[in-house]
Amino acid sequence: MKAIINVYLKEGVLDPQGKATRHALESMNFQGIKSVRIGKQIVIELEGDNREKAEKEVKEMCETLLANTVIEDYTIEIV
Amino acid sequence: MQEHPMKVAILRFPGTNCEFDTEYAFQKLGHRTELVWHKEEKLPEGTDLVVVPGGFSYGDYLRSGSIARFSPVMKAVVKYAENGGKVLGICNGFQILTEAGLLPGALKRNNNLHFISKFQHLQVVDNDNTFLKHCRKDEILNIPIAHADGNYYIDDEGLDRLEANGQVLLRYCTADGEREMVNGSVSSIAGICNEKKNVFGLMPHPERAMEHILGSKDGVRMLQGFGR
Repeated sequence: MKAIINVYLKEGVLDPQGKATRHALESMNFQGIKSVRIGKQIVIELEGDNREKAEKEVKEMCETLLANTVIEDYTIEIV
Repeated sequence: MQEHPMKVAILRFPGTNCEFDTEYAFQKLGHRTELVWHKEEKLPEGTDLVVVPGGFSYGDYLRSGSIARFSPVMKAVVKYAENGGKVLGICNGFQILTEAGLLPGALKRNNNLHFISKFQHLQVVDNDNTFLKHCRKDEILNIPIAHADGNYYIDDEGLDRLEANGQVLLRYCTADGEREMVNGSVSSIAGICNEKKNVFGLMPHPERAMEHILGSKDGVRMLQGFGR
């Protein structure tokens, strides 16, 4: 079982890396870009097959360490 | 000699690199210092001030300061602060204190994505606190900054609370005292304290401004007020 965690800056918190990347894409003539957000993906391999328990634990990992909830949101996918 | 010498505990994490400059600064002001390894579970007996110095604790992995906050010594620091003990976080130390929840807000990547290293003017916004009481309000200090993640963020409500309670202690400014946008910080904030005013975090490095020959002695001006 794996937990795939995506961490992004919250909506409304300026993402300077995303902004710079957007400008670079536009300078290459890619058009129609509304916004670019850059985040990070954390993949955790887990023992066992209890999805519910895994989800609960991974959420706690996100809240305490993996994301800074002052500025970041996260999503969890268990596969 | 210092009239009221303090015992200053200076923390060391893997990747800390300003501990010796910090030690030099406080010793120059007549205080006693002790380096404390991050695996210690207790602070030295009789500690009057804890300093979390600058550097790149744990290589800034994940987020600056995010891993250091789980070091054994940080439990002791949180307890020390909750009991009213004075804690100072400089640069990476400021990042660690926000991650640990001892200070509100967070520090993001600089808006221009560059590591900014230069002398910077700072405005003393508030001196009604134990740290800057020897400085004048609106006094301008010239102290180096050196960081990639110094872009202070707090939501509007949080900013209102900081301002109403006199917790904004330092702002980036020009030599004339005009507010300056340096790294994208909300309200040009360079340093804040907690609500109880016993925990102070700042991005600039006062310990690097202790000698005229090195460009500025304003760090002496700032840190000399920290005595009891």
